[in-house]
Amino acid sequence: MMDEQSSTGDQSLMDDQTPMAEQINDNKIEVQDFDFYYGDFQALKSLNISVRRNQITALIGPSGCGKSTFLRAMNRMNDTIRNTRAEGIVLLDSKNIYDEDVDVTELRQRVGMVFQRPNPFPQSVYDNVAFGPRVLGLAREGNGLEEIVQESLENAGLWHEIRHRLRDPAFGLSPGQQQRLCIARTIAVRPEVILMDEPCSALDPVATLHIEDLMRQLAEQYTIVIVTHNMQQAARASHWTGFFWLGKLVEFNQTAEIFRAPHEKLTESYITGRRG
Amino acid sequence: MKRQQANKLAVGIISAVAALVVIPIMLVIVFIIVRGISAISWEFLTAAPRQGMTEGGIMPAILGTVILTFGTFIACIPLAIGAAIYLAEYAGDNRLTHWVRLAIVNLAGIPSIVYGLFGLGAFVLFLGLGTSIIAGSLTLGIMTLPVVISTAEEAILAVPQRFRTVSLSLGATRWQTIRHQVLPQALPGIITGVILGLSRAAGETAPILFTVAAFYLPQLPHSMLDQTMALPYHLYVISTQVPGMPLSIQYGTALVLLLIVLSLTLVATIVRTSMRRRREW
Repeated sequence: MMDEQSSTGDQSLMDDQTPMAEQINDNKIEVQDFDFYYGDFQALKSLNISVRRNQITALIGPSGCGKSTFLRAMNRMNDTIRNTRAEGIVLLDSKNIYDEDVDVTELRQRVGMVFQRPNPFPQSVYDNVAFGPRVLGLAREGNGLEEIVQESLENAGLWHEIRHRLRDPAFGLSPGQQQRLCIARTIAVRPEVILMDEPCSALDPVATLHIEDLMRQLAEQYTIVIVTHNMQQAARASHWTGFFWLGKLVEFNQTAEIFRAPHEKLTESYITGRRG
Repeated sequence: MKRQQANKLAVGIISAVAALVVIPIMLVIVFIIVRGISAISWEFLTAAPRQGMTEGGIMPAILGTVILTFGTFIACIPLAIGAAIYLAEYAGDNRLTHWVRLAIVNLAGIPSIVYGLFGLGAFVLFLGLGTSIIAGSLTLGIMTLPVVISTAEEAILAVPQRFRTVSLSLGATRWQTIRHQVLPQALPGIITGVILGLSRAAGETAPILFTVAAFYLPQLPHSMLDQTMALPYHLYVISTQVPGMPLSIQYGTALVLLLIVLSLTLVATIVRTSMRRRREW
């Protein structure tokens, strides 16, 4: 399956997709009665939420409300933290990712992640993007890898800026470029979902807008979930918004609705800046 | 004004103390060079000892030390790096890990002559390897283990956690993450530890005393089960056991041993700085 994808090259990502019309009300991820514990502390409380396919879902809420924990629950990165426990169901395309028979490495390939701070590997630009495809065996040098790297950098809006600097160390790039490089690295393994954990919090306003534009483009191909502290960012860049408070999902709705006419008092006082 | 004076005084004293550390090593090096340089010749480096070791060269001892250092490498490094990876990446916070760590700390504290006796009992006699290169290498290898494990573990732990997280998030397995991100980034530190451990092994006398070192053996070893001469032991022998030994040969031998050990240290430093220059996190 994977070999097929890589050998058919650029087209395959698009060809796999069903027509847009069918996807509008389709849920990529469905979370049912999900609880999460750090030791005895319950960080997430009976969460129910649906993530729409090919749309951007923003998660907002004060620090420590559980939104990042929830983000990491969707690719099971929380598994790497000792003494944690998850209960409930997270369906990815109708398959519970917490089932015994799920291969977490395959899950993480399908559900990629972009982190708070730009965190390229201390390697060249090229090797950063090529790392994922290499370890997953998607492509090899001289056999599709160069194309994947170029395509990923193009989709991350970085190719024209750094096409002549592929062999330079990634640390030489500006923070904004580094974060787009990290996005390129994530999409190089051809994920279906991209989780973003405050991807702009270390960037200046111009670089931030750059990333937001990029997110809108990426949403055509990927399902995106973004955690953000920046209310304007959620309002500007997302289709759906979920408001978290003390480990609970207080309100979840279309972004326009949430910001125009929130149903819950708590949501209203948070987004208007009276609570937080 | 008083604070400024106290500050100057403190800086002065601390600088002076730091300078004192440099003095002994400089003195040792200069002293050995001045006394030993006259003995160094092509013959000294390439010929076997003659006339009850008072003439000729020290080639079998040089070669023996090189072979033993290599043997130590084979015996110690795979085990040490494996243990370091386990401790840094896999070990849980459990009793086994606790005991392993305690064992390593204590291994590091054992006097080298005790390693020598252990090697005699375990490898030479019990395993029946005889006084041989293999017995000596194993003894030196065990002695070198704690140094290399500790430095390699530190080097691995020094790799920032975020690179492991990213690698795992891309779908890499635990081992791929270690193999392709953690180890390459820890490599300068690991190599430094390995070389420093080996340079210590190269200069040790006590562990090889009963396990491999030959008093006088002008021909070269044929197999791993042969004895060999080695520089530190040879130096001990010609300094204490051979009457009428010219001083210049003693200091010349010391100079060669010193150069081998110092050049290993120098290589370690070069490797570390040149590889570190390429990475900045």
